[in-house]
Amino acid sequence: MNHLNEEQLILYHYGEEAYREAAERRAASEHLAACDNCRASYAALQRVLAAVDAAPVPERAEEYGSEVWARLRPRLEGAPGKESLRGWNWWLAPQRWALAGAMAVLLIVAFFVGRVTREEPPTSAAISPQARERILMVAVGEHLERSQMVLVELSNAPSNGKVDISSEQHMASELVGENRLYRQTAMNAGEAGVASVLDELERVLVEVANSPSEVSSKQMESLRKRIESQGILFKVRVIGSEVRERAKPAQQDAAPQPAAEPAKKST
Amino acid sequence: MDNPGLMNRMEGSDAAAVQRALAGDRDAFRVLVDRHSRSLFRLAFRMTGNEHDAEEVVQETFLRAYRRLSKFESRANFGTWLYRIGINCSLDFRRSRMRHEEHREPDDAEGNPAVQQLASEAPAPDRVVFSGQVGARVEQAMSELSDVERSAFVLRHFEGLSIEEIGKALGLRVSATKNSIFRAVQKLRRALEPMVSTTR
Repeated sequence: MNHLNEEQLILYHYGEEAYREAAERRAASEHLAACDNCRASYAALQRVLAAVDAAPVPERAEEYGSEVWARLRPRLEGAPGKESLRGWNWWLAPQRWALAGAMAVLLIVAFFVGRVTREEPPTSAAISPQARERILMVAVGEHLERSQMVLVELSNAPSNGKVDISSEQHMASELVGENRLYRQTAMNAGEAGVASVLDELERVLVEVANSPSEVSSKQMESLRKRIESQGILFKVRVIGSEVRERAKPAQQDAAPQPAAEPAKKST
Repeated sequence: MDNPGLMNRMEGSDAAAVQRALAGDRDAFRVLVDRHSRSLFRLAFRMTGNEHDAEEVVQETFLRAYRRLSKFESRANFGTWLYRIGINCSLDFRRSRMRHEEHREPDDAEGNPAVQQLASEAPAPDRVVFSGQVGARVEQAMSELSDVERSAFVLRHFEGLSIEEIGKALGLRVSATKNSIFRAVQKLRRALEPMVSTTR
């Protein structure tokens, strides 16, 4: 038999078609036993594939299916296999109303900001992009602070017996809608670092919001591990302190200027 | 699939569960979730290399499967069908993650220390501690495979699917599937051989 090339060795290793027949397989095995070069090459291949196998994969517990189902169930709208039925159910869900409310608030803020900008002479009092960015930073900073509170509460919750997390759950539900808006706004504003942390935060908030209001110690532990393993609390703190730092001059840029101008004109 | 024999035995009851779910029994879908979540998580983790993303992929895969359940053909293997959706979700996640990373780079260049600190966390510190040096090198080598190479390799090496099944799942011809696996193994050899030959 000829030497086995790399591709043949791979097929042999996986017992693929060419080596499924006993005769073929035996011939290849006999060649490997007799040929030092092919044997060395095959041993090297096996070592690499064994190293790939050695890379750890986190195991999930037996009850993982139930956890997946608990998170999934609120998202299953309408009958299975009917993607088009999503429409009304999606819009009528309470979270969407919260989101709609938050959007309305933003629209009002945008309208207000627009009015302020129009009423002032464009050269002196129009809100600059920097000031707008700082306003966003103030809002995001406050949002991160409230989110941080929820995460800290959950991290410090007792781990024995049933734990009532209904207040954290309620707060998380409210924060999810806001979070989406801020993430989108941060993305549009080119704040990729902030958007990325908000993205991670949102997943944790959704998980908390979709948890039962009373959780077992095991579920609590898994929730806590989830918060810890992502380092999300740390990231929220880092980004939170950074956005607060960047938001500091916001009051100077956005608020006092329009009030000071008319006073100067009257003198 | 970790245990093909068991998977085959399950297949009959999977098809029955699909039928019941389509008839309006939501708990029947729960049976499928219970049965396939753990293996789907392992697949998603190997595809994304990230525990958090893998969790999201599992959720998204079941959500898509639920919405497309009427398109599932009862003669097909539910596990393979679900894996195909899982592979697509994983690829979507990887792509969106890459887009995210691309967006993040200019911020880092501008010297934003907090963001720099976050960006330098990939892979996350707990993952590095957890997986050790070999795991980290394997993860790095896997991340350098193309989407198709990684998918084909994961399905062949870890999930034990035949080349024909992989071709079906990825929409590739048999020869293209084989070539993807060959290229994946060759790249892994190039990246890992120096390390495994010194650690013998």
